[in-house]
Amino acid sequence: MHQLLNHCLIQISMAKKCEMKLLGSVGSPFVTRVKFALKLKSIDYEYIQEDLANKSELLLTSNPGLQKVPVLFHANKQPMSESLIIIEYLDEILPDVHPILPSNPSDRAQSRFLAYYIDTLYCPWMKEFMLTRESERKEELKRLIIEGSMMLEEAFVKLSKGKAFFGGDEIGFLDIVVGCFLGWIKFFGIIFGFNVIDETRNPRLAQWGKSLWSHEATRSVIPSDEIHMNFFKMLLGFLPPMPDMPIPA
Amino acid sequence: MAIAQTQNITTCRSNGGGSEVVLLDFWPSMFGMRVRIALAEKGIEYEYKEQDLANKSPLLLEMNPIHKKIPVLIHNGKPINESCIIVQYIDETWNDKSPLMPSDPYVRAQARFWADYVDKKVYETSKKIWTLKGEEQEKAKKEFIEILKVMEGQIGEKPYFMGESFGYADIALVTFYSWFYTFETLGNFSIEKECPKLIAWAKRCMQRESVSKTLPDSKKIYDFFIEMKTKLDL
Repeated sequence: MHQLLNHCLIQISMAKKCEMKLLGSVGSPFVTRVKFALKLKSIDYEYIQEDLANKSELLLTSNPGLQKVPVLFHANKQPMSESLIIIEYLDEILPDVHPILPSNPSDRAQSRFLAYYIDTLYCPWMKEFMLTRESERKEELKRLIIEGSMMLEEAFVKLSKGKAFFGGDEIGFLDIVVGCFLGWIKFFGIIFGFNVIDETRNPRLAQWGKSLWSHEATRSVIPSDEIHMNFFKMLLGFLPPMPDMPIPA
Repeated sequence: MAIAQTQNITTCRSNGGGSEVVLLDFWPSMFGMRVRIALAEKGIEYEYKEQDLANKSPLLLEMNPIHKKIPVLIHNGKPINESCIIVQYIDETWNDKSPLMPSDPYVRAQARFWADYVDKKVYETSKKIWTLKGEEQEKAKKEFIEILKVMEGQIGEKPYFMGESFGYADIALVTFYSWFYTFETLGNFSIEKECPKLIAWAKRCMQRESVSKTLPDSKKIYDFFIEMKTKLDL
């Protein structure tokens, strides 16, 4: 146990010696994910705020063709993008400090698959729901999101094995990958009256949300309600007003 | 419709010892090919089950209820979906030989980035070449070549994407090589002319048995595509 602690401390101090920088923007859940991982790994870093309406030279040159945040800069290495890839990298450079991905290949594959589902379907549905003007499409998206949450509920029951988090006793990969949207999910409830994670439909997931929200690591990384509100207002600003869209106060 | 491709079960030499591996696949799929290459690199015995995508089997629907897509790897009854995730799973499970991922975490992150880039950029743009016409198709061709040039630049003077060893990022892109003839014929252009180093890399990969035995003949892919297009247009 003492040897392991020593090993961890050496790894942490090595990471601290190497310069770590994170390029991010306000309100992005993908940036939140990386902040979460950095927090869990106790890695010091410099945060650089990016204005996506006015992209910096740094962003334009560091991310071939994609020009998106987050971007991680580690010492003199080429910049890294894609939140899921960054998280795995951070997990692999400090494998003994709060392991994030499960150790078993089958659980790892399952976790990666759910993350892929979140990023390619579930999250785009939520984004489209926020911004679409067509009420029929909105209803369809609502149905898809509800189905998605039910699927996540099942996955949570299976992966948590009765514990508080997807990762078990400790926060793990899926807790970060899904948890970064908790602010948005809360926001959906307030603005649209639509509970993406609902206490009746998804009781275990709702409980998980509460456990994660009250965890001290979470509070320091998830942006405030005010930030979410401002971000949403900014997005709405790009669209003409809709009669049935509630105007945020 | 498509020429069904059955595969003989090869002798198992893995450390699985009695584990059952089944692959649900569709022979012209560049995503399915990735998994076949990975299995061949590791010398894994498996049962190949050709799927009819116009008439999806109960097994496919059960094993991939969310996307209902191939490839699906079923290992000891548990399904694994998404080709890149499957390849990583294969590498982590059968880790006694032929590593597919680089050993250094930073290089590994780069390999993952490039495989992700292929999925996001190469596939989507190539689809435009065979669905669009006229000026829009020209635009798609230009975009496609630009993307290939980025990848060619990444390979540079190295034998493979990440250096001396064939691996994950190479597997992600090389399966598209079997479709290049189809894109070239439909778009009336030469990929080799635009990206000679990329083609040299592809040919180098084809010298590996796992790749040459997996990738179908380019003309077969083209015939399949024409047949599919004709059927869908009717």
